[in-house]
Amino acid sequence: MAYFSQQLINAITLGAIYGLIAIGYTMVYGIIGMINFAHGEVFMIGAFISLIGFIICSLLGIGSAPVAIVLVLLVAMAFTAVYGWTIERLAYRPLRGSFRLAPLISAIGVSITLQNYVQLTQGARPKPGGQIVSGGYNLFSADGFDVRVTWLQLIIVIVTVVLMAGFTWVIARTSLGRQQRACEQDIKMAALLGVNVDRTISLTFVMGAALAAVAGMLFLMYYGVIDFFIGFLAGIKAFTAAVLGGIGSLPGAMLGGLLIGLIEVFWAGYFSSEYKDVAVFAILVLVLIFRPTGLLGKPEIEKV
Amino acid sequence: MGPRLPALLKDAALTAFVAAALGFFIVGFRTVDIGSTKGLSFDYQFADLAVAVVAIFVGRLGLSLAAEGQRWPALILGAVLGIVGAGPAKLPSAFLHWFVGLAGLLIIARTLWPSANRAFLQARQSSRGQSATRAGARWFGWILLAVAVVMPLMPFADQKTMDLGVLILTYVMLGWGLNIVVGLAGLLDLGYVAFYAVGAYSYALLSTQYGLGFWAVLPIAGALAATFGMVLGFPVLRLRGDYLAIVTLGFGEIIRLVLINWVDLTNGPAGIGSIPGPTLLGAVFAENAPPGKITFSQMTGIPFDGTQRLVFLYYIILGLALVTNLFALRMRRLPVGRAWEALREDEIACRALGINPTNTKLTAFAIGAMFAGFAGSFFAAKQRFISPESFVFIESAIILAIVVLGGMGSQIGVVLAAVLLIGLPEWFRDLGSYRMLAFGLAMVLIMVFRPRGLIAHREPSVRLRAAPPGGR
Repeated sequence: MAYFSQQLINAITLGAIYGLIAIGYTMVYGIIGMINFAHGEVFMIGAFISLIGFIICSLLGIGSAPVAIVLVLLVAMAFTAVYGWTIERLAYRPLRGSFRLAPLISAIGVSITLQNYVQLTQGARPKPGGQIVSGGYNLFSADGFDVRVTWLQLIIVIVTVVLMAGFTWVIARTSLGRQQRACEQDIKMAALLGVNVDRTISLTFVMGAALAAVAGMLFLMYYGVIDFFIGFLAGIKAFTAAVLGGIGSLPGAMLGGLLIGLIEVFWAGYFSSEYKDVAVFAILVLVLIFRPTGLLGKPEIEKV
Repeated sequence: MGPRLPALLKDAALTAFVAAALGFFIVGFRTVDIGSTKGLSFDYQFADLAVAVVAIFVGRLGLSLAAEGQRWPALILGAVLGIVGAGPAKLPSAFLHWFVGLAGLLIIARTLWPSANRAFLQARQSSRGQSATRAGARWFGWILLAVAVVMPLMPFADQKTMDLGVLILTYVMLGWGLNIVVGLAGLLDLGYVAFYAVGAYSYALLSTQYGLGFWAVLPIAGALAATFGMVLGFPVLRLRGDYLAIVTLGFGEIIRLVLINWVDLTNGPAGIGSIPGPTLLGAVFAENAPPGKITFSQMTGIPFDGTQRLVFLYYIILGLALVTNLFALRMRRLPVGRAWEALREDEIACRALGINPTNTKLTAFAIGAMFAGFAGSFFAAKQRFISPESFVFIESAIILAIVVLGGMGSQIGVVLAAVLLIGLPEWFRDLGSYRMLAFGLAMVLIMVFRPRGLIAHREPSVRLRAAPPGGR
C-alpha cells in the first residue's frame, strides 16, 4: 500500500510534466492538423535555457529558491516561445497548402537541426542541474516505508494545475481563445470573418512552446540532469499522451499525460524498468489502432 | 534605392533581433563542467553570437534587396559576406567562417537565380536543349551504372574510396527500397531501419548460431523482414498518413529496445561479433581459410590482397541495389504498382474504384521491408559486428532524407541524394559534426523550396494513350 501510494505520487508528478508537453501537440494539431514533431526539441531547449538561467541566478547571488524559480520560469517561457514562433514562421508556414506529409517531414528536419544545434553549442555530455529545491513532507508510514511528497513534486503539480487553469481560461474566455477555436473549426471561414489566421497560428505555437519550456524547467528540477537528446523520448511520450487523451482536446492532453505517467511509473515499479518505454510505445500503437480519436477526442471525418 | 529601404532595414533588424533572442542563452552561454562538486560554469560566446547576428542582419537585408530586384546592392552585400567568410580576417570560430561565407553565397545565388532560371528554361525550350534533355534523361542512368561498374577497376579505387562506394550503395539500396513505400505508395515510414535491423540480426544469428552462409540467409532475411512488415503493417495501415508515420516510428523504437533488452537472443547492447563474410562459390575472402573452406586466392590462383574482399562486397551491394531498382521499375507497370501511385494521389477515389487500400499498402510495405532485410543482412556481413546502436531513429531519418531530397518516386534522384548526403560528408571529414545539422536543415529547405525533390517524379508510370487523331 505504501509502495503503491509512493508510486502514485511519482506517477502524478511525471504525468503533469508529460501533460504540459502534450498540450503543445494537441493545440497545434487541433488548429492546423499537423504533428509538430519538433515539439519535443522545443521542450529540450526550454530545459537548457532553464539550466543556464539557474546558473546565472546563482552567479548573480540570488539565493532564494522561489525568486530564482519564478525568474527562470518567466525567462525560459519567453525565450522558448521565440523558438516556437520562429519554427512555425520558417518551417511550417510556407508549407500550408503543400501536400499533406510535407509539414511532418519539415518538422523532422527541424527536430534533427535543433538537436544538433544544441549538441554543437552546449556539448553532448549530460548536464547536471544541481538541486534547487530539497526536502519534503512525510504523509504516513506503513510497512516500514515512508510515503513522502517532496516540495519539488508539490511545486510541479501546483505549477501545472495553475497553468492548465490559466490556459483553459484563455481558450474559453478571451478573444484570442475564440479566434483559436474558430480556426480549429474552419480556417477559411475564420479568415473570411476577419480572424487574423497567421497571427492566431503563430500565437498557438508561442503558447505551446511556453508550456513546453515550463515542462523543461520542471523536468530539469525533477531529474537534475539533461542532455540534448531528452526531447526525443519525452516528445514521443507526450505525443502518446495527446493521442491517448484525444488529440485536439486540452483536458484530454492533461488526462493522457497523467495516464502515461501512471503507466510508465507502475510498469517500471511492478514489471521491468527496461521495458517501460516499450510499454508506452505499445500504448501509442494500440490506441491509434483501436481508438484513434482517443478518450476525449471527437471523431474526424475525412472530406474529399 | 527608393523609399523601400527603411522598411527593408527594419525587417532585417527585426530578423537579427529574433536571431539574437534565439541565440542569447543557447549560444551565448556555453555550459562547461568544472568538477563534479561545483557543477557547471560558463564559457561566454558573445563574440560568436554578435558576428552571427550581424551576418544574419546583412544576409536578410541582401535577400530582401534581391527579392526587390535591386541586383547590385545585393551582389555587393553578398560579396562582402563572402570575402569576410573566406578572407584572412580572424572570426571567433571556424564555424562562423562557414556561416558568413555561405550566407554571402546564398545572397549571390538568390540574386542571380531569376536570370539563371530564365536562361536555363530558355535553353531547355530550344530544340537543341529539348533533344539534349531527352538524351540526358535516356542515358544518364546508364552512364551512372557504367561508372559504378568500372569504379573498382580504376587506379584511384583505394580502400577508402571502395569503403565509401559500398556505404553509398547501401544507402542507395535502402533509399530505393523506401522509395517504394514513401515515393510510390505515399506511406511515410519512419521506422524503416527496424526492417534493416531484422535483416541484419537474422543473418548475424543464423550464421553465428547455425553456420548458415550469406547466400542461404539472404532470402530468409528478406522473407523475415517482409513478414515483420506485414505483421506490423496489417493493423496500422488503415491509419491516416501522419498517424502511420508516428506508429512506424514507435515500432522502430520498440524493435530497437527489444534488441537492447533481450540479451539471451541478441546479446543486448554488446552486439554480435565475428559474423562471417559472404562467400563466392564457397570461397572465403581471407588470408587463411577456416577449416573446411578454401580461400578465394586458392581457388583462382590470384594472390591474396586485402581489397579483394571490399571489391567483392562492392559488387554484391551493386547487384542487390540494381535488383531493387529493377524490381521497383517493373512493379510500377504492374496493376499493383499503378494502384500504389493512385493511392498516393487519392485514397478515397481509389476505394470508390474498387482498389483495396489495405492490401495494396501492405504489399508496398512488405516489399519495402524485404529490401531493407536484404540490405540489413548485407550490412551485417560487411561489418562483421552489429549492435542495436546501428539501428537508431536517425538512420531512418537519413534514409528518408535521401528519398525526400531525391524527389519522392524518382530512382535517379535517390542516387544523387545518396551521393550528396552520404558521400560529401565522408569526403569532408572536418564537417563531420555539422553533418546532421546540415541534414536537418536540408530537409526543411527542400520541403519549403522544392517539395518535389531534386528530380521531381510524380507523373504516373503508365498512362492511357490518347486516342489517335481521326479516331479508329
